[in-house]
Amino acid sequence: MGLAKRIIPCLDVDNGRVVKGVKFLDIRDAGDPVEIARRYDQQGADEITFLDITASSDNRETMVHVVEQVAGEVFIPLTVGGGIRTSADIRRMLNAGADKVGINTAAVFNPEFVKEAADRFGSQCIVVAIDAKCVSAAGETPRWEIFTHGGRKATGIDAVEWARRMVDYGAGEILLTSMDRDGTKSGFDLALVRAVSEAVRVPVIASGGVGNLDHLVDGIVQGHADAVLAASIFHFCEYTIEQAKQRMAAAGIEVRL
Amino acid sequence: MSTVAVIDYGMGNLHSVAKALEHVADGQQVIVTHDPARIRAADRVVLPGVGAIRDCMAEMARQGVIDVIHEVVREKPFLGVCVGMQALMDFSAENGGTPCLGVLPGRVEYFGDNLMAADSDRLKVPHMGWNQVHQERAHPLWQGIAQDARFYFVHSYYVQPADAALTAASTDYGVRFTAAVTRENVFAVQFHPEKSQHAGLALYANFLRWDGQGA
Repeated sequence: MGLAKRIIPCLDVDNGRVVKGVKFLDIRDAGDPVEIARRYDQQGADEITFLDITASSDNRETMVHVVEQVAGEVFIPLTVGGGIRTSADIRRMLNAGADKVGINTAAVFNPEFVKEAADRFGSQCIVVAIDAKCVSAAGETPRWEIFTHGGRKATGIDAVEWARRMVDYGAGEILLTSMDRDGTKSGFDLALVRAVSEAVRVPVIASGGVGNLDHLVDGIVQGHADAVLAASIFHFCEYTIEQAKQRMAAAGIEVRL
Repeated sequence: MSTVAVIDYGMGNLHSVAKALEHVADGQQVIVTHDPARIRAADRVVLPGVGAIRDCMAEMARQGVIDVIHEVVREKPFLGVCVGMQALMDFSAENGGTPCLGVLPGRVEYFGDNLMAADSDRLKVPHMGWNQVHQERAHPLWQGIAQDARFYFVHSYYVQPADAALTAASTDYGVRFTAAVTRENVFAVQFHPEKSQHAGLALYANFLRWDGQGA
């Protein structure tokens, strides 16, 4: 027995409402983030990640209030990503009750920011979020690049190299999302997950593409991820976190039941 | 009213610690402070901490809380959490070697870059996530908490007490390390009770009831 593999539900929050699932389920609104976080906590989620996708920075305060409310009653680790660009942003989220922050685009434009953030707040709270897309042709050795702006802008940066560099800069964890798979429900890009997980010494969270419980198992067993993240399969009660854990346990994966 | 002081020296998630204590408080008042007079006046004291040990020690010195910590560890129920546990030892290998408070005899060591599981898989460092805590002895702080219950950890260094009798719990991660230490009125844990859901809240509730006596 030892360290459990983690299941992390992710809540995409827009102006204080959870919205993930819009693309493929035609539901505008999955509900109140505080209520949903409470439900996941009761179901045995190992952590909760909030991704602030609010377009206007004027409405960022809304996210702070969500985190404050959740942190007052949910006593598991909370990560907040989206719009984290300055040390002041990090400080504000940590003070609100977040344990970790996800840095994505800001790391690409200014890698030194990751270094500064890790020095100042400690690596344990710095998660570097990587959005990667496969850029190799069929038959070639697979290669992935970092994309920004929700997968629209290529950067030319190799994803595996980038993960290594971010860990050298002080990232305490990597949140790895396949932009090819995100929203498709066809499973993780397992080759990508495995390539990054084997390249770095810090934990890797696999994200993007989960459509059923076997996909979670694959992420751990084949992708060698330390944690798996999913959104829509949990939001609309297709599966509970508990069911996911039981499925993983049945596959021989150590989980917190 | 009984009070518990959470020592605020500018490092880490003391808000989470305070919120969790407030959540389980049964009439006790939770104060977050670096004022030695208020720490001295409290009935119980918690020393939290995250981040690098060198910064933690430097901030404790800058905030002027080191003397009062040495004072209260001799007389009040005292709980160290994560780096707050490590800081109680003599010395840490982190940051090229950092002298610590020396409240308890022992050192703080790095997990290493080639930590291996029993099945020879390479283990990630930091040790991050939910692991089992094996209670090595009965203690009031374990009351109502199942043997081998899972708690949430985030750390790359771990405590090695000079005297094995100090170990209150141990956890396996490549090595079997000390997850909790205790001596008289002092108890300290490597994991984060404030992030460990039911088990963690139970430990904090036990601390708020603890009179500082051992098992």
